[in-house]
Amino acid sequence: MPATNETLTALEAVLQGLETSEFRGDTRATVPRESLAEVLRLLRDRRGFDLLVDVTCVDYLNYRDARDRFGLVYLLANTTTNERITLRVYVGESDPTIPSAVPLWEGANWLEREVYDMFGIVFEGHPDLRRILLPDEFTAFPLRKDYPLQGRGERHNFPVLRREEG
Amino acid sequence: MAIELPENVVVSKLDELASWCRKNSLWPMPFATACCGIELMATGASRHDLARFGAEVFRFSPRQCDLMIVAGRVVMKMLPVLQRIWQQMLEPKWCISMGACASTGGVFDTYCVVQGIDRFIPVDMYVPGCPPRPEQLIQAIIDLQDKIQREGTITGREFGLAARQQTKRALVELPIISGAPVLSSITR
Repeated sequence: MPATNETLTALEAVLQGLETSEFRGDTRATVPRESLAEVLRLLRDRRGFDLLVDVTCVDYLNYRDARDRFGLVYLLANTTTNERITLRVYVGESDPTIPSAVPLWEGANWLEREVYDMFGIVFEGHPDLRRILLPDEFTAFPLRKDYPLQGRGERHNFPVLRREEG
Repeated sequence: MAIELPENVVVSKLDELASWCRKNSLWPMPFATACCGIELMATGASRHDLARFGAEVFRFSPRQCDLMIVAGRVVMKMLPVLQRIWQQMLEPKWCISMGACASTGGVFDTYCVVQGIDRFIPVDMYVPGCPPRPEQLIQAIIDLQDKIQREGTITGREFGLAARQQTKRALVELPIISGAPVLSSITR
């Protein structure tokens, strides 16, 4: 179910000139980075968005009319009214930091760790921001578009065991 | 002076007898990481019946095995585990690389998938296929048996240098990529 008018009014009360759009029954809103924490708290506490469905990221490198390098996507749902909303936040390459949603939804922990692992977005206030899928020694962020598909030789960087060495 | 032998007595070399024992009692270590593992299980099950070739005793402890069957793709995070298990296996030991992914990386030509386990551990037999049928794996085991028979025990690797034995005992952590802290390289 798309976001209700009450939700959009509540958002517009804190964000003047809020950009919203609707596509096939899904409401999308673009939120500036500074007000993300406030907006998330408002949606959870006052509008009943009790479920953080997903946190993910898009790299807009070489993308036409891109507003900034990265676009973070927050999918929220209200499990009593089935109301859903998608928030999009743009962050730049030079300072890819954003406030963490873990204080609001405990489930954001591993979602944000995955975004950090793949894109290098730093979530401020995250209790345990480590890599989640890749080895700890990995030095790059492989889902960034400027990272080569076949890597930079990480997959070949292991000791070789020979037959005579047992 | 000719020696009369009863009909049920066969004369052979001790070396060949030992090889014959070895090749017919392979104990596989199933290192199954993907869909090839399903075919590996089918090979061990009743229809294809790996017991016909004496290799049905799958053990999940590397210390009880002498044949490692790597079935499926191996990623960066798994390779140190694979190498450690290989080092934990007792001599004499052999390795079958089952399927396209284990042998070459297969279609997974990406940053985290190892492009063939033979880059990092020794491999005796390669099985093509995606995934290979059980018959192909059985063929590989038969070929490996021939190889074991030909190899013999005289040049057996388990009687090798003392230095090698020490290498095995001094099994330590395998370093992957040295240095490079993670948090300080955010802009890369």
